[in-house]
Amino acid sequence: MNQIRKPPSMIGDALAQIGACGLFLVQIVAAIPKSLRHVVETIRQIWFVGAMSLVIIMTCGLFVGMVLGLQLYYVLSIFGGTAALGTVVSLSLYRELGPVVAALLFAGRAGTSITAEIGLMRATDQLAAMEMMAVDPIAYVAAPRFLAGLVAMPLLACAFNAMGIFGAHLVGVNWLGLDNGTFWSNMTSGVDVWKDVMNGVWKSIAFGGVVALIAVFQGYTTAPTSEGVAYATTRTVVFSSIVVLALDFVMTAFLM
Amino acid sequence: MTQRRSYQVGTGLFILLGFTTLAYLATQTTSIANFSQGPSYMLKAHFTNIGQLKLRAPVKLAGVRIGSVESIALDPDRLDAIVQMSIDKHYGNIPEDSSASIFTSGLLGDQYVGIQAGGSSDMFKDGGEFILTQPSMQLEDLIGKFLVSGSPAQKPADASNNASQDKPATNPPANDNKP
Repeated sequence: MNQIRKPPSMIGDALAQIGACGLFLVQIVAAIPKSLRHVVETIRQIWFVGAMSLVIIMTCGLFVGMVLGLQLYYVLSIFGGTAALGTVVSLSLYRELGPVVAALLFAGRAGTSITAEIGLMRATDQLAAMEMMAVDPIAYVAAPRFLAGLVAMPLLACAFNAMGIFGAHLVGVNWLGLDNGTFWSNMTSGVDVWKDVMNGVWKSIAFGGVVALIAVFQGYTTAPTSEGVAYATTRTVVFSSIVVLALDFVMTAFLM
Repeated sequence: MTQRRSYQVGTGLFILLGFTTLAYLATQTTSIANFSQGPSYMLKAHFTNIGQLKLRAPVKLAGVRIGSVESIALDPDRLDAIVQMSIDKHYGNIPEDSSASIFTSGLLGDQYVGIQAGGSSDMFKDGGEFILTQPSMQLEDLIGKFLVSGSPAQKPADASNNASQDKPATNPPANDNKP
């Protein structure tokens, strides 16, 4: 009945979505103490969104590192600075590519499955059933997945960085013949723990929270039809990619 | 129950792996890796110009890293830079008449303090000071000196009056003189 009353405005809709998402975040944070009683569920979700994403994240990290090694070797050789390959690769992985690419992969691998799972719970009235049984679905379904994203994302980004550096080492040292010692010693003198490594960790924690929040929110508020679940899954990937990239710019500007 | 145990163990392994990776990356690929925290003693040196020398820059003897720059400050009386260096205790026998200079690694690399060993049989003690020091070499000064000394005949005109306007006209003679 509500839908046919008047055509919805795009801007109003978008604002309402953002507002609802923000309120949902408040609800989740408020439910975190209660959800700690279901800590086993949180662990299960960390396993599901984190450990199960490890293989794809590490494979992609390896290839990203190998490509970076090749491309930067070419660029640096123009300036005669191939010795800086280790520094440049590790800095770009730590500061930028590790958190961002891992978050995009995480949205595709884990975000979609969270949305589809919760969306199907919504469509089959499981969430309503939980409420009937006095189980708070936000504390039992939403909060554990949000926490799992927050915990898993920085660990996945670290695995991505490690594989990336390994890939760059493979290409730069084993294939293109750069000196092993130069590669590592330039890296160790050029990379700072707090300014570079931790910068990426803060970023990936933020991205993990954002992707998990969007995925849970889209699943939670999906239209209870199979079409609705399909739309919600698509929106999860689209929105979280956009928000991750935009947030990345903002965080880079502030953490510089 | 076994089902639950297995994913709990798996999750534990995953978290452990993640933190191990973070710890490895943070300690082995960053500047912490060259930061030795062994017993050390302090030496100081006055420089008229330290250039781009930074805190924790290496101190090298014969190219081997033996310590790092601990503090850089301005000496208010002598109006020059006073650099405190912490040297590893292993390298306790540095002659007292050694000299300290500021070098650049590569053409545009980081700067470090290089020590040239002297011949004295007295060794530095904790808090010792280098008498002989050589300031950082400034690339701009070098280029300036090279341009000025390149053509002795035109020196006064070059250096004072028309340095910027007549560059193309004055440079070719300088090149001709060289070979």
